[in-house]
Amino acid sequence: MQEITTTHKPLIVAFCCNWCSYAGADLAGSSRLSYPAEVKIIRVPCSCRVNPIFVLKAFQRGADGVILCGCHPGDCHYSTGNYHTRRRMALMFSMLNYFGIEKERTRIEWVSAAEGAKFSQVMNDFAKTINELGENRRLEDLRCKK
Amino acid sequence: MQRIGVFICHCGSNIAATVDVERVTEALAKEPGVVYAVNYQYMCSENGQQLIKNAIAEHRLTGIVVCSCSPRMHEATFRKTAEAAGLNAYMVEIANIREQCSWIHKDIEEATEKAIVLARTAVAKILLDKPLTAGETGVTKRALVIGGGIAGIQAALDIADAGYEVDIVEKRPTIGGRMAQLDKTFPTLDCSACILTPKMVDCAQSDKINIFSYSEVEEVKGFVGNFDVKIRKKARHVDETKCTGCGVCMASCPSKKGLNEFNMNLNNRPAIYIPFAQAIPNVAIIDPEQCLKLKSDKCGLCQRKCGVGAIDYKQEDSFVERKYGAIVVATGFRPIKLDNFNEFGYADNKDVVTSLELERLMNAAGPTKGTLLRPSDGKHPKVITFIQCVGSRDVSGCGKPYCSKICCMYTAKHAMLIREKYPDTEVHVFYIDIRTPGKNYDEFYRRAVEQYGVDYIKGMVGKVYNENGKLMVQGSDLLDNKQIVIPSDLVVLATAIEPDPSVRDIATKLTISIDTNDFLTEAHAKLRPVESPTAGVFLAGVCQGPKDVPETVSQASACASKVIGLLAKDKLKGNPCVSHVDENMCTGCSQCEQVCPYGAITYIDKEFRIGGGKTETRRVASVNPAVCQGCGACTVTCPSGAMDLYGFSSAQILKEVEAICKR
Amino acid sequence: MSDIFTVENIKRISGTDVRKCMKCGKCSGRCPAFDDMDIKPHQFVTMLGQGRVEELLSSKAIFNCLSCMACVERCPRGVAPANVIEAVRDTVERMQGGDAIKAEDIPAIVDELIPQQLLMSAFRKYKK
Repeated sequence: MQEITTTHKPLIVAFCCNWCSYAGADLAGSSRLSYPAEVKIIRVPCSCRVNPIFVLKAFQRGADGVILCGCHPGDCHYSTGNYHTRRRMALMFSMLNYFGIEKERTRIEWVSAAEGAKFSQVMNDFAKTINELGENRRLEDLRCKK
Repeated sequence: MQRIGVFICHCGSNIAATVDVERVTEALAKEPGVVYAVNYQYMCSENGQQLIKNAIAEHRLTGIVVCSCSPRMHEATFRKTAEAAGLNAYMVEIANIREQCSWIHKDIEEATEKAIVLARTAVAKILLDKPLTAGETGVTKRALVIGGGIAGIQAALDIADAGYEVDIVEKRPTIGGRMAQLDKTFPTLDCSACILTPKMVDCAQSDKINIFSYSEVEEVKGFVGNFDVKIRKKARHVDETKCTGCGVCMASCPSKKGLNEFNMNLNNRPAIYIPFAQAIPNVAIIDPEQCLKLKSDKCGLCQRKCGVGAIDYKQEDSFVERKYGAIVVATGFRPIKLDNFNEFGYADNKDVVTSLELERLMNAAGPTKGTLLRPSDGKHPKVITFIQCVGSRDVSGCGKPYCSKICCMYTAKHAMLIREKYPDTEVHVFYIDIRTPGKNYDEFYRRAVEQYGVDYIKGMVGKVYNENGKLMVQGSDLLDNKQIVIPSDLVVLATAIEPDPSVRDIATKLTISIDTNDFLTEAHAKLRPVESPTAGVFLAGVCQGPKDVPETVSQASACASKVIGLLAKDKLKGNPCVSHVDENMCTGCSQCEQVCPYGAITYIDKEFRIGGGKTETRRVASVNPAVCQGCGACTVTCPSGAMDLYGFSSAQILKEVEAICKR
Repeated sequence: MSDIFTVENIKRISGTDVRKCMKCGKCSGRCPAFDDMDIKPHQFVTMLGQGRVEELLSSKAIFNCLSCMACVERCPRGVAPANVIEAVRDTVERMQGGDAIKAEDIPAIVDELIPQQLLMSAFRKYKK
């Protein structure tokens, strides 16, 4: 057991909306602003495309943290999508917290296409938090583990 | 069974320096579903693309994954490549191993591992990709302009100039709008009628422009390129095709008590009237509230006097149904009602007027024939006090929280014109802030102060009261820290403006959104300022936000260019990554309809076979792919999971999550 | 001095956000007691925002304000100058320990329509 925790490499799933945050991640890349490799990005058209099931799935499959990034409120490419996300995920995250997935393991951030530096800073910060929290064992489906 | 090819790009050394491309290639070749994997120096180059095309043919690939730069960079390039090789353009996925991997990581081991995961994720997604075809729809080459003010007129003229037909729907009996009521326009002081009426005449004379005056939009169906609009032509009781606008009927009408709306109700007009001399169309209209014939079947004088037999008391509302490719909304504004501001005594004193009323009082075609006279006793006012920000920037709930933008300039204009025409008149202006950005605007305001000696007082008026026939204006002079009282003959309120109330109804019919102040919302505040979020609907003038004439005209022309760009197309190619509904799962709950920002979802009653030769009719959602923009809001809102998005299906994203989480 | 004299405390008692003021002067333009006041209603708002409590506490104007609430009624920004004045006055009164009516007498005379700040005024006004 002890051995597993020390060698545990965290896994972070980041959902980024195509118009702001994914572009922000691109900018972070082209500005060579590094963030940990455990962050893996999934592109979605809008943050409101992220079904709570996707978040559950990530934790079920052993993710240690899930972060959603969207356009700043008021700047959504689809005008209102991120408002839906904001409300929906507030509920989702508080429910996960109830299930024992610390609220620090889930996060929503608004990152615009111009905020490469913010993207990298957010990801560094989030990865640090997740590292400190260590491995997530809640909701994880052991059958999925080899 | 899918046959996937994986193409790993070195991007020179951009990727290859930190990612071991050989190892990625080896790892990916072993992935289930992958039949071919290769790496190359520059995938996006001519040779690289040829390599992809050859591989598609040689290995009979059904889909390709390109591990390269951001899809925002070259997704379109590789889609074209795939299409050229006979593959569906949407059977392409990009793994972003440059911006998200090689450029941000230094450790080769770490970067290579991540690149493999990202590539696997793309493979997991493409295995569930389906060939998609962008739908095509035709475009009706005609535009509808709602509102015939300067915004609508300019948009219509520009669209007609490009050779397309335009219909203007105006709810009042004439086009011209608010600008027609203005006396002079800042900052050049041109006579408003002199610059507007030629444009109105151009509209009437253009064979491309058709004006539906005294008409309203009744119903809108359809979508970009194919709107079906029903227009209600309200009964004006005068045959438009016969009336010559001679005016004999007006002179003969015995009922003269109707309030003249064009002159802001400052004088009266007959029951049959032409709003003003240059009205377009120059056709009379009967006010049914005032007409003796329509009210009590007595009179009928105008019908007897009319030389062309245009009067038709029995006329009823009629409907016109037409198809349009694009719609411009230009419904304009009105000054707010001053019921909440009894401190200014507007309701109790005839000599407290709004700025728009002052425009009419100063206009040569107005109730005083252009001589500035007080409405109460018809005398020349000697002391005139202007109060700015009446109802603007008011968050107390009485007025409007926004700045109405035009008041500083028109107040300076009024003050200047009065001082020029009547130099013995004393003019005071109470202001909170003076806002005059714009070409020659601040110079204009300074001219009012420096050249015309207008007295600007920093402060707001607390109350206006009548004392022995004088209007006592009590307010602060903040720079002097004093409370002052100015006995005035005329008080002019720079009243806030608000969107015309008809905009709510129009917004509902067009499924476009309005903000908390009833202004129409643009698709993007900075980058798409003249488009509404609904494709094919454009916004011009004050209905979108307070603006002056030059700005309105610019916006209208911008609208026109957008409309022309749309109408110039014969076919509209849609985005195939749109929502679709599994009708067997849909419960008809309407939640998706409510979250859709584009009104792309409607509900239909559809018959389903339920076995045993029986059918049942159920209410199910139906997505219009031409209107859907593919945000996916409905997919998550749907409680039964019936909604899904092409290109980003739930199953695909779940597979991506799984691929990432696979240790 | 205890912390009841702090800017924050006076702001809290007034219950108004002085940052909302856009310096239009409508409050002073309407004030019937303007001429008698050494510090004018609009200045109360500005000076509280600047934290100039000492000057406000020593002003005579706090006893000239009629609590007619005209400034509150007319303010386009929803700032309540009379509440600021009342808050300062209240602070001064507390400093002197001179409440006119007892707190326990209040429930009998209060009704829902009386503005909170008028009630505070009553502490001072019905002294005699």
